[in-house]
Amino acid sequence: MSIYISLFKTFFKIGAFTFGGGYAMIPLIEEEIVDKKGWIEREEIMDLFAIAQSIPGAIAINTATLVGYKKAGKRGGICATFGVILPSFIIISIIAAFFASFAHLPLVHAIFMGINGAVVLLILKAALKMTRLAVVDVLSGLSMLMTVLMILFTSINPIIMILAGASIGLIRYFIEKKA
Amino acid sequence: MIYIELFIEFFKIGLFTFGGGYAMIPLMTNTIANNQWITPDEFTQVIAIAEMTPGPIAVNSATFVGQKVAGVGGSLAATLGVAMPSLLLILFISKVFFAYNSHPLMKSIFKGIRPIVAGLVLAAGLSIGKTVMITETSPVLALNYVTIISFGILGLVLIKKKMHPVLLILMAACIGSVSYII
Repeated sequence: MSIYISLFKTFFKIGAFTFGGGYAMIPLIEEEIVDKKGWIEREEIMDLFAIAQSIPGAIAINTATLVGYKKAGKRGGICATFGVILPSFIIISIIAAFFASFAHLPLVHAIFMGINGAVVLLILKAALKMTRLAVVDVLSGLSMLMTVLMILFTSINPIIMILAGASIGLIRYFIEKKA
Repeated sequence: MIYIELFIEFFKIGLFTFGGGYAMIPLMTNTIANNQWITPDEFTQVIAIAEMTPGPIAVNSATFVGQKVAGVGGSLAATLGVAMPSLLLILFISKVFFAYNSHPLMKSIFKGIRPIVAGLVLAAGLSIGKTVMITETSPVLALNYVTIISFGILGLVLIKKKMHPVLLILMAACIGSVSYII
């Protein structure tokens, strides 16, 4: 079997069997890529995960593209990426097509009233986890506070805030370099 | 054209997401509000379904929003849009990027971005919370008690022990169904 088909199939499997997004995929990717296929060394996969988290985009897509690219060049990267995306695409398209027809039922409405509570909780939990890693000094604490206030009370685009954060990092680098 | 619009908007979302799925939610909230593609309530449903189904949350929600806005063509445009920045960055400039990834300048930039992303996600959680828990503010404050109770009970559970997101959502669905029966 060609490496391209193999990459596609492996990442299709990973996409189809992980619930809960990027981080939940890490153990399955390790098992498939390192243990079963031996495509990437154990130490190297940790580096790839670190890179996948620092470049923009979904972590799962980044990891798939990186592994595919490392293993079989550009075409490998494309095959792995499409592999990891396709299960979501198929499953969600089917659900979305049917969802409209039962979304208005009172029972479904009630179920989602409960579920909404969990969704808010999960987002706040993710925010808390990020805060612990990101807020390390006064400046980072102030950046975070400003962001929350700006987003809640103005209609600023989040992208502007991200660019502002990058600028703060940039300025800080040059100030610290001078000092 | 709506397909091109969806592709461009989700491309921007993919390009400015640092830190995976949850970091994408504030960007999507903003885009959806600006374009009035779906209501905030519908978007919360999208997030819930994206959590419960396998696959990356970012891809799931892009596909779902695209489908709601413009059918299968829409979901294709949104999904390709959200994945494309990763693909292009890794395939075409990763060599340069890998060389400078651990440079102190890059580290300092990421250090600047991280608290912003944390703030964006916190703000998204708070504003989505407000949308789903408060149904009306005038003339009198009307609250969504089922959602608030579910949030409270599951919050206590989560403090006591770790729990998989899918299980948490299933428990929340049970609380919702019980409220329907009562």
